[in-house]
Amino acid sequence: MSSLLSSTILRKVAMALSGIFLMVFLLQHFVINITSVFSATIFNQFSHFMGTNALVQFALQPVLIGGVIFHFVMGFVLDIQNRKARGTRYAVYKGSANAPWVSRNMLISGATILAFLGLHFYDFWVPEINYKYIEVLPEDPNRYHEELVHKFEDLTRVVIYVISFFFLSLHLSHGFASSFQSMGVNNKYTPTFKSLGKLYAIGIPLGFAFIAIFHFLNH
Amino acid sequence: MPIPSGLINLIMKLTLKIWRQENATAKGSMQTYSLDGVSPDMSFLEMMDVLNEQLMEQGIEPVAFDHDCREGICGSCSMFINGEAHGPDRLVTTCQLHMRKFKDGDTIHIEPFRAKPFPVIKDLVVDRTAFDRIQHAGGFISVNTSGNTQDANAIPIEKADADKAFDAATCIGCGACVATCKNASAMLFVSAKVSQYALLPQGQVEATDRVLNMVKQMDEEGFGNCTNTGACEVECPKGISLENIARMNREFLSANVKG
Amino acid sequence: MAKLDAKIPEGPIAEKWTNHKNNINLVSPANKRLIDVIVVGTGLAGGSAAASLAELGYNVKAFCFQDSPRRAHSIAAQGGINAAKNYQGDGDSIHRLFYDTVKGGDYRSREANVHRLAEVSTNIIDQCVAQGVPFARDYGGLLDNRSFGGVLVSRTFYAKGQTGQQLLLGAYSAMNRQIGRGKIKMYSRHEMLDLVKVDGKARGIITRNLVTGEIERHAAHAVVVASGGYGNLFFLSTNAMGSNVTASWKIHKQGAYFANPCFTQIHPTCIPVSGDHQSKLTLMSESLRNDGRIWVPKKKEDAAAIREGKLKPTELAEEDRDYYLERRYPAFGNLVPRDVASRAAKERCDEGYGVNKTGEAVYLDFAAAIERYGKEEAHVKGLDENDTTLVQKLGKAIIKAKYGNLFQMYEKIVDQNPYETPMMIYPAVHYTMGGVWVDYNLMTTVPGCFAIGEANFSDHGANRLGASALMQGLADGYFVLPYTIGDYLADDIRTGPISTDTPEFEAAEQSVRTQIDAFLTNKGTKTVDYFHRKLGKIIWNKCGMSRNEKGLKEAMAEVKALREEFYKDVFVPGTADSFNEPLAKALRVADFLELGELFAKDALERTESCGGHFREESQSPEGEALRDDKNFTFVSAWEYKGEPSDAKLHKEALKYENIELKTRSYK
Repeated sequence: MSSLLSSTILRKVAMALSGIFLMVFLLQHFVINITSVFSATIFNQFSHFMGTNALVQFALQPVLIGGVIFHFVMGFVLDIQNRKARGTRYAVYKGSANAPWVSRNMLISGATILAFLGLHFYDFWVPEINYKYIEVLPEDPNRYHEELVHKFEDLTRVVIYVISFFFLSLHLSHGFASSFQSMGVNNKYTPTFKSLGKLYAIGIPLGFAFIAIFHFLNH
Repeated sequence: MPIPSGLINLIMKLTLKIWRQENATAKGSMQTYSLDGVSPDMSFLEMMDVLNEQLMEQGIEPVAFDHDCREGICGSCSMFINGEAHGPDRLVTTCQLHMRKFKDGDTIHIEPFRAKPFPVIKDLVVDRTAFDRIQHAGGFISVNTSGNTQDANAIPIEKADADKAFDAATCIGCGACVATCKNASAMLFVSAKVSQYALLPQGQVEATDRVLNMVKQMDEEGFGNCTNTGACEVECPKGISLENIARMNREFLSANVKG
Repeated sequence: MAKLDAKIPEGPIAEKWTNHKNNINLVSPANKRLIDVIVVGTGLAGGSAAASLAELGYNVKAFCFQDSPRRAHSIAAQGGINAAKNYQGDGDSIHRLFYDTVKGGDYRSREANVHRLAEVSTNIIDQCVAQGVPFARDYGGLLDNRSFGGVLVSRTFYAKGQTGQQLLLGAYSAMNRQIGRGKIKMYSRHEMLDLVKVDGKARGIITRNLVTGEIERHAAHAVVVASGGYGNLFFLSTNAMGSNVTASWKIHKQGAYFANPCFTQIHPTCIPVSGDHQSKLTLMSESLRNDGRIWVPKKKEDAAAIREGKLKPTELAEEDRDYYLERRYPAFGNLVPRDVASRAAKERCDEGYGVNKTGEAVYLDFAAAIERYGKEEAHVKGLDENDTTLVQKLGKAIIKAKYGNLFQMYEKIVDQNPYETPMMIYPAVHYTMGGVWVDYNLMTTVPGCFAIGEANFSDHGANRLGASALMQGLADGYFVLPYTIGDYLADDIRTGPISTDTPEFEAAEQSVRTQIDAFLTNKGTKTVDYFHRKLGKIIWNKCGMSRNEKGLKEAMAEVKALREEFYKDVFVPGTADSFNEPLAKALRVADFLELGELFAKDALERTESCGGHFREESQSPEGEALRDDKNFTFVSAWEYKGEPSDAKLHKEALKYENIELKTRSYK
C-alpha cells in the first residue's frame, strides 16, 4: 500500500477511485431515501434489507467506512504535502483569477462534509448500531420510516443538513469531473462527463435537501 | 535610429512592491518603490529596466530578475505579478506583458515564482534546475547522431497527432504552472513532454520507462500533488492543455500495470 | 602566424566531404573516454555538438550563461530549416541548395563548406524526426514544406512559427540523455571569460559562476566555442538580452582570427521601434512574406496623413499603394532575399513614404491572402465564394493556422489586430554572418579551439538566406564537428588529463579577476546600458544598412572614444562574489566596445557592396549593390594586435570552381 501510494499520481488516482466509490454509494443512498417521500412501505423494505443483509452489514459497510476514512485521511495528507511544496507563501495570491473557488477549496467543503458526517452518524448510524448490536432489540421491519421522519421534525437539524448538502454539492461539482481527469480520462466525451458531473453535483444534494425539507413540512 | 518620444499624455506613475532577497540563504522582504514616467507601450521588463536605472542612480542595487529573449519563447522571465504568474494578461510571458494592462496610480506586487523546488537565488531570480533534472530522467528519445537514421518520411504521422504533439512541445519550461498551482505541482510541465513523445511513434519504444522515471524525479524534487484546479492551463503562456495531464496519468497507470 | 590554410580537401566538390571523412584521423572508442572537450554555448550548434560528442564517448563539459541549456537564443528562431529533401518534387537537389546559398551569400562564402552543408542538410531532418521533433505535417501524415526568400523551391521544414524552439528542444533532449548518463557535465549560469592556451594549444577556459561569482578553471583537450552571434553590438537587435560576443572575442584576443565582422544581417520584417525605452526588437518570421504583401502609399501626402493618424491604411485604394518589392523584383516579388528587402524598405522610408509615427515602417498586408484562402476554402467546402463575410472568416482561419502565434505576438506588442489592419514592419539587426575564422575542420587559428554555428563565419558569405541558420547550426554540431574534431584529437590520446594547476591557468584567472576588480572599484557615474545604447546608436547610424567612408571613419573614432569613456566613467554596483547582472553586462559590453571598432574598420576596408554590406560608393544607377569581384573575392580575417584599429588583415582568397560568379539578380 505505502509503495503503491508513493507517487503523487497514484495518490491522486486513489483519491479519485475512493471518490467515485463514495459517489456510487451516495447515489444508492439517495435512491433509497427518495422512496421515503412517496412510499413508507418501499422505504421500509429497502431499509430493512440494507439493515439486516449480512453482505451489506459485514462486507459492504466496513468497506464503505474504510473508503470514507481513506478519502478523508488522504485528502488531509495531500493538503499538508501541497502546502509544504509551496514553501514561502505569496504576499498576494489571486487564485480566483484562474481557478474556481470549489476546486481550490476541496478541503473546506470536505471538512464541512466530515463534520456533517459526524452529526449524521450520531443521528442515524449510532442509534442503529445501538439498536441492533448493543441493545439487540427485536427487529421491526416497519420502524425505519418513522425514525427518519422523526429526525426531521427539528428545524435546526434540517437547516444544518441543507447547508451541508450545499457544501456537498460544491465538493461534488469539482470532484466528479476531477476524478475522471485523475484517472486519465480526458477526451471528446469530457464535456459530456462534465455536464453529467454538474447534474449529479446539483441533483443529488438537492434531492437530499428536498427529502429533509419534505419530511419537516409533512410531519 | 531616431527614437520618438513616448506618448507623453499617457505616462503613468506606479507604486511597486517588490520582493528583495540578498541571496539564497538571506531572509527576504517586500520593499516599496515609486516609479514615474512609465509609458503604456513599455513591456513589463522594460519598466523594470527603468526602475533599475533609477535605483542605480540612487545607489541602490538593482532588482535581479531572469530575462533573456524578451519575446516570450526562452522561458527565462518568471515574475509573480499581482498574484498571478506572468501577470494579469493571458497567453503571455512577463516580457510580453505590456504596461497598458495597468493604470496610472496602480500598486503592483512583484514576487518570485514560489515553490519549494524553486529556491530563490536573489530577489526575483529562482533556481528552476529541478525542471532540467526531470528532463534528464527521461525527456528524450534514445537515438544517436549518425546520419543513418531512417528517412524522415518513412513513418507517416497522422496530422492530428503531430499537431497535438507540437502543441505539447511548445512548453517553454518557465515554471508558471508550478508558480500558479496552489499545490506547486509540476504536472503540466512534465505531462507536456510525456505527451509529446507519447503521441509520436518514435516515442513509443521508451514510453514505459520515460513516464515512470520522469514522474519519479518530479516527486523526488518535492513538487505538490495535482488537484485538477486547472489554474496551470489558464496561466500557461503557451496554453498547454490539461488534456496532457490526463494523458500522462493514463500513460503512468498503464506503465505501472506493465511494471 | 602562418598563412591562412582553409584545409579544403582535394577532389570534385561533391566528393570532398566523403573523401575527407574517409581520410581523417579517428580516435578509438577506448581513447575517447580519456579525452575531455569543453563546449561553450548550448544553442543549436553547441547543444547538438555536446550531445553528439558525448554519444561518441568524449567527456563533455558544456557551459551556458542561461539558467538552462534550453534557453539559448536558437529557441527564438521562427520560420524553419532548409534541407534538400525534394519531398515536394519541385526540382530541389543538393546542388541547388548549394547554389542558392552561395548566390544568396553574394559569392562571399567558401564553396566546399557550403556544399557540405547542403549534403548533410537531409540528415538533419531525419535525425530530428527520429528525436521526436514535431515538424508540421500534411493530411497524408508526411512532412510539409514552405518557401523562403531568395529561392524558387519549397525546401523549408517548419513547426508553425516555433521551428527553432522545436529543434533546440530536440538538441536539448539529446543533451539531457547524455547528462543523465553522466557523459555531459552541464554548467549553466556560467560565463566563459577567457581561453587558456598551453604550448599554443587551447587547453581550457576560465569561467565565472553567475550565481556565486566564483571564478573557475576548466581544462580540456579541446575547446569548442558555440556562443552565437554579436548582433547585440547594435544594442537594439532581435538577439536575446544576454547574447554576447565575449567568448568569441576572448579567443580572438588569444589568436583566433575574426572574419568578415562587418557582414551583418538586417532582417526586413521586425516590429518597428516604439520608444526610447525599447530594450530589444522582435522579429516577425520571414515566412510571413509567403502570404503577406509589402507596400507603402504611392503618394507622399497619403503617407503623411497615415503618420498623423488621419488616414487608415485599409482606406487606401489599391491603385494608391506601391507594392515596391513586386514592382522592383517581379521574379521574386515579396520573397527577395533579406538584404534586398531591407534596403528596399529603408529606401522607401528615407524617401518619405514610411507609415508609422517615426516614419520608419512599411506595411505587411495579409488582406489579399485572407481573401484568396477564404475563396479556396469556400470552394472546397462547396460554400458561396461571393459571400464576403464568410470568405473573410474562412480566410482568417487559414492564416491563423499558419501564423497564429506570430499574429498574437504582434498584437500583444503593438496593440493592433493584424487580421484587420496591415502589420507595420521595419528592418532590424538579426544575425551576423561574420565571426571567428575557421578552416574546413571548423578549427580556428588557435589549435584545439573550434568555432561552430553563428559564432563562426563559415557558410553564409555576405548574406544569409532564411532558414539556413538552423541548418548550419545543426550541421556543424551533429554532422561536421564530431568527425573533424577527431582529426585533431587523435594526436591527444597520450596527453592524459590536463591540469588546471599551471602558470597559464593562474595567469588567465588573474587577468579575469583584475578586470572584475577594476569595474567594481571604478568611481564612475554612468550605467553599463548608457554606454551600450550609445555604442548601438553609433553602429546603427554609421555601420547599419548603408555605409560610407566618412561615416565608418567617424564610427571608428567614436567607438574608440566611447570605450575610453566607458573605462573611466562606468558605474558597476554590487560585489564580485554574488549574482550581479550589471557586472556580467559590463564584461560583455567591454568586448562589444572593442569589436565595434574592428567592425567599422572591416566595413571601411571593404569598399565594395556585397550582401548585407552596402557601401554607398559602390552601387548601380538603380541603387542595387555593386560587387567588386576583382578586388574583394576574399574573406577578411583579422588578427588581434592590441588596439582593434591595429588589427592585421589576412586574406583567404575564395575560389569559385563550381559556381560562376554572377551579378545577383532577383528581378
